[in-house]
Amino acid sequence: MQKQGKKSISGATWVSLCLIVLVYVLVFIAEQVLPPTSMLFTVLKKGATYALIAVSMNLLNGFTGIFSLGQAGFMLIGAYVYAVFTIPLSQRMSVYQYYDGGIVQFTLPIFVAMILAGLVAAFFAFLIGLPVLRLKSDYLAIATLGFAEIVRAVFQWDKLGPLTNGSNMLRMFPNFNNFNLTDAEGHVTVYLSTLIPFLISGVCIALIVLLIHSGYGRALQAIRDDEIAAEAMGINLFHHKELSFCISSFFAGVGGAMLAMYQTTVQAKSFTSAMTYEILLIVVIGGIGSVTGSVISSFLFVACSEWWLRFLDEKQMIGTFEVPLLRNGFRLVVFSVVIMIVVLFFRRGIMGTKELPDLFRKRKGART
Amino acid sequence: MKKILSLLLVCMMVLPALAFADDLPVVKIGVFEPASGDSGAGGKQEMLGMQYALEKTPTVEVGGQEYKVELVYADNGSTPDKAPSAAQKLVSEQVAVVLGSYGSAVSIAGSDYFKAADIAAIGATCTNPQVTAGNSHYFRICFLDPFQGTVLANYAYKELGARTAYCLAELGNDYDVGLVTYFKRAFEELGGMVYDETFPTGNSDFTSYLTNATMFGADVFFSPVSIAYSTQIVKQASSQNVTYPILGGDTLDSNVVAEAAKGTNIQLIIDTFYQEGANAEFDEGFKAWLNSNSEALTNNGGNDVISAVSVMGYDAYYTALEAMKAAGSIDSKAVMEALPSVTLTGVSGAIAFDETGDAIRTSAFVKTVDTQTGDWTFVAEASVD
Amino acid sequence: MWNTVFPYLLSGISVGGQYALIAIGYTMVYGILRLINFAHGDVFMVAGIIMIYISASGMPLYVCIPLVILFTALIGFLIERVAYKPLRSAPRMSVMISAIGVSYTLQNLVLYITGGLNKQYPTIPWISDSVTIGPATTKIVTVVTPFLTIFLVVALVLLINKTKIGMAMRAVSKDFETSQLMGININSVISTTFVIGSFLAGVGSILYFTNYNTVIQTSGAMPGLKAFVAAVFGGIGSIPGAVIGAFIIGIVENIIKGMDVILFKSGVIARPLGLATFSDAFTFALLIIILVVKPTGLFGEKATDKV
Repeated sequence: MQKQGKKSISGATWVSLCLIVLVYVLVFIAEQVLPPTSMLFTVLKKGATYALIAVSMNLLNGFTGIFSLGQAGFMLIGAYVYAVFTIPLSQRMSVYQYYDGGIVQFTLPIFVAMILAGLVAAFFAFLIGLPVLRLKSDYLAIATLGFAEIVRAVFQWDKLGPLTNGSNMLRMFPNFNNFNLTDAEGHVTVYLSTLIPFLISGVCIALIVLLIHSGYGRALQAIRDDEIAAEAMGINLFHHKELSFCISSFFAGVGGAMLAMYQTTVQAKSFTSAMTYEILLIVVIGGIGSVTGSVISSFLFVACSEWWLRFLDEKQMIGTFEVPLLRNGFRLVVFSVVIMIVVLFFRRGIMGTKELPDLFRKRKGART
Repeated sequence: MKKILSLLLVCMMVLPALAFADDLPVVKIGVFEPASGDSGAGGKQEMLGMQYALEKTPTVEVGGQEYKVELVYADNGSTPDKAPSAAQKLVSEQVAVVLGSYGSAVSIAGSDYFKAADIAAIGATCTNPQVTAGNSHYFRICFLDPFQGTVLANYAYKELGARTAYCLAELGNDYDVGLVTYFKRAFEELGGMVYDETFPTGNSDFTSYLTNATMFGADVFFSPVSIAYSTQIVKQASSQNVTYPILGGDTLDSNVVAEAAKGTNIQLIIDTFYQEGANAEFDEGFKAWLNSNSEALTNNGGNDVISAVSVMGYDAYYTALEAMKAAGSIDSKAVMEALPSVTLTGVSGAIAFDETGDAIRTSAFVKTVDTQTGDWTFVAEASVD
Repeated sequence: MWNTVFPYLLSGISVGGQYALIAIGYTMVYGILRLINFAHGDVFMVAGIIMIYISASGMPLYVCIPLVILFTALIGFLIERVAYKPLRSAPRMSVMISAIGVSYTLQNLVLYITGGLNKQYPTIPWISDSVTIGPATTKIVTVVTPFLTIFLVVALVLLINKTKIGMAMRAVSKDFETSQLMGININSVISTTFVIGSFLAGVGSILYFTNYNTVIQTSGAMPGLKAFVAAVFGGIGSIPGAVIGAFIIGIVENIIKGMDVILFKSGVIARPLGLATFSDAFTFALLIIILVVKPTGLFGEKATDKV
C-alpha cells in the first residue's frame, strides 16, 4: 500500500471518498426523517465516538507496535477536562453540591474544551511516556494499565473535589443534543446531533490517516516491523514512540470528551480496564493495522452490544415455546464466544491490514 | 458473518412479534433497573416488586379504555456508561412512563434521554438529591439522602450515644459518598467527631478499615455501601469481634445482608422505607408469589424475606398506573404533566410529590437484625424535626 | 506503635500469602511462554464459583475441596489447549489478546450463570473461626495462609529442581526452540505449567474467599492484577521472587490502608488525609517505579529479550 507512494490520488481513493461523503449525507437525511428517539442514533453516536478511540488505539498497537492498555485513563482525562470546563456557571452550584460550586468559575466554548481535553491527555501521555515507553511489549502494557488505574483513583480523591467533584458525577455540560438547531421557541428545526459527532470523529480520523501516510507514519511502521532495523536506519526510536503515544492519547482524550457528551454524565468509576479491553477487542475484530477495520468494527460492536443482540437478554417465546438459555447475561456470553472465534480463527479480523481504497483496487485488478 | 447478522436481525424482528398476541391494546411501562453489576442484586429485588404488582394488576383502565400493561426491561448494568443506551432502548420502545432506577448515578445518566423524549421517570429508591433537582420529568417516591443522613446521625448520636463515628464509602460511588457527607454534617453539628475513608471499587479486604475504626476509637461504623460490600463488611467485622455497631442506609435493607449477620454478634442498624409486618395483606401476597415462582425466589436471595426496595418497586408501579389514569391518556407527555398532582396510599405509606418532584416523606423506619433468626426487627420510626 | 501496626501487618501477610499463590501461576507461565496470562485471575474467581456450586449440591467439604482444586486445574489445562496452543507461532500480541478474550469470556459466563448476583462462599469449619493474637482478632485462615503458602512453594521448588518434568520446565524457560530440538515435549511441559498454576490458584481461592466470603464475576480481576504486579516486583520468572513480591505488596497495601491511623496515632497529622483511597493506586505506582528502575525485579535474571 505504501509502495505506491502519493504520486496522485488514485481512482480507488476517489471512490472511497465519495462513499464516505455518501455515508455523511445518509446520516444527515436519516436524522431529519426518522424519529429522533430511534435506537439507530444512539448507536451511531456511540459508534462514532468509539471509532475515534479505536483508531487512536490502533495507531499505537497496529501502526507503531506499542502495546498500550492505558486508553481508558486518557479517555477519563479527556472526559473530565471537557466536563469541568463546559458546565454552565449557573449549574455549578448544583453539580458541585458538596464543594461549594467548585473552583473553576469560567466556561470554555465546546470545541475549545474538546481540544483542551486532547491536549491535557497528550500532556499526561508525554509525562508517563518518558519512563514507560522504554519498556517493551508486555511490560509496557501492564505499566500503562497501572497508569490508568492510578489516574482513576486520583480523579476520585476527595481532596481534589473542588476540581473534579470527587466521587460524584459531573453533569449538565453541553451534549450532542446541543448541536441541534432550534427556532425561537426551542423546537428543533435541523437535527445535527448525530452528524456533528460524525464530523468530529471524521476529521480526527482523517488527521490520523494523514499522519500514517506521512514520513513520520512510515517511520512508525518501520519501528513496528523491526525496531533494530529501524534504529539502524537512523530513526530515533524513543522520539517516534513518544510522538505516537502523545498523538494517540490526544485523540483518546478527544474521544473521551465525545463519550462524555454521549453519556451526558461523567463518572471516573466507569473508566475501568474493562473499557480498555473492549476497545482493544474492537481493534482486533476490525484488524490490527487497518483504520477502516477499526471504524467498521466500532459500529458493528456497538450496534450488536447495545441494540441487535439485546433480545438475547430477555425471555423470548416462539408461539408457546420458550427459547431456552435466553436470560440476562446471555448476550455477553454469545459476544465473548464470537470474539474468541475471531481471535483464534480469524486473526486478521474483518479487514486485516487493508483499507477502504484497497477494496476497490482489488476488484479492478480482478477485472483486467 | 453477514449471513449470521442478517439472520439475527430477522430473528430479532420476528420474535417479539410472535411473543405477544392478545386482544387488549398494550401500554408499555419501562423498567430502568440494573440486573447486573454492583447493584444487580438490589435492582432485581426492586423489579420483583414491580413484577408482583403487574401480576396483581395486569390491566389498567385509562380514559374508558382497558389496557394490558407490559413491562419493558432495560438493564443499565449499574454503570453510567451503559445507562444511556438502556434508557434509549426504553425511549425507542415508546414507553408511557419509566420506573427506576436503583442507584442514583444511573438514574442521572439516563435522565436526559427520558427528558428529550418527554417521558417521565419515577424513581423508586434513588435517594440522591440530584436526581430530581433542576428538572421536571424525574419524580421519586422515596426519601432523600439529606433526610436519611440526618436521621441516622441523630439516631447514632442520641439513641446509641455515639460521639465518634467512622464512615466508609466506596470510592467513586456518589450514593455512598453523598450519604456520608450528609451524615457527617449532621453528626458534627450535634457535636460528634467523624473520620471518613473510602475504599477502591472491587476491594474485598475490609479488615484494615475495620481496624482503622477501632484505632480511631469509633463508637459507630457507618457504611452505606452496596449489598455486595456490606455482606463482606459484616462477615469480616464478626471475625474481628468488633464492638461498635454497624450503621447503614437503605441499601443494606436486604435479606442477603441480614443473612450475613445471622449467627454473629454484630449489631447492624439501618434505616429504610418499609418494615415487614406493616401491611399484612401485602406481605402475605408477596411471599406467596415469591414461593410460587422459583426464579423470583432466586432473585430475592433464596428466601422470602421482604426487602423494602421490593415494596418501593411495587408502589412505583401503582404510582405509574395512577398517573396514567389521572392523565386520561397513555401519551407519555400527558402522563408527565399529570404526575405532580398524583396522590395515592401505597404499601410504604402515603405518596405525594412536592414541587421538585420528590416524595413528601417525614419518617423513616429504623430496624436491626435479629442475629439469632436472621430477620429484620423494627426499632423505631424516626423523623427529623 | 507496635500495637497500632501489628493488625495491618497481619492482614498484609495473609493477603500476601494469597497473592503469592496466584502470582506463582503468572510467573511460571511467563517464564515459559513469555505470556501475561490475563485470564489467571479469572481462573481464581471461577474456582470460587465452582466451590459455591459444588458445596450447594450438598457434598461434604472433604469431597468438595479436592474436587474444586481438580476442576480448577482442569480449567487451566483446557484454557491453554483451546486459547493459547493454536497461537503458538503467532505474534506475542495475539496470544495476549487471546488471554484478554478468555478473561472476558470467563467473566461473562459467570455473570450469566450467577445472574450477576454475589454468591456467598461456604463457611469452612475451623479455619473460619476467630482467633486473637496479641492486639488483633482475626480468622484462623489468616494465620494458616502464610505457612501453607510457604509449604506449597517449597514443594514446588523441589519439584522444579529435583524431578525430570521440573528439569524440562527449566530447559523450556531457558530456550524454547533448543529444548524442543533436544526432544522435550513442549506441549506437555506447558500443560503441566498451567495445571500447576491453576492448582495453586485453586488453593489460593479457597483461602482468599474463606476470608472475604463473597464471589462475583469481577472478584478475580483485582487480586489477579495485584498478583501480577507482585510477580513483576519479585522478578518475573522467579518463583521465590513472586512469593516475596506478593508478601511485600500485601503488607504495603494494608499499611497504606492504615496509614492515616498510624500517622494520626503517632501525632504526625491532626486530621486523616484519606490516604486509604490510594491503596490500589500505590500498588500500580510501585509497579511503574520498579519497571523503570529495575525492570528485572528483585530476583529476576538478566535477560536481553525482556526489556
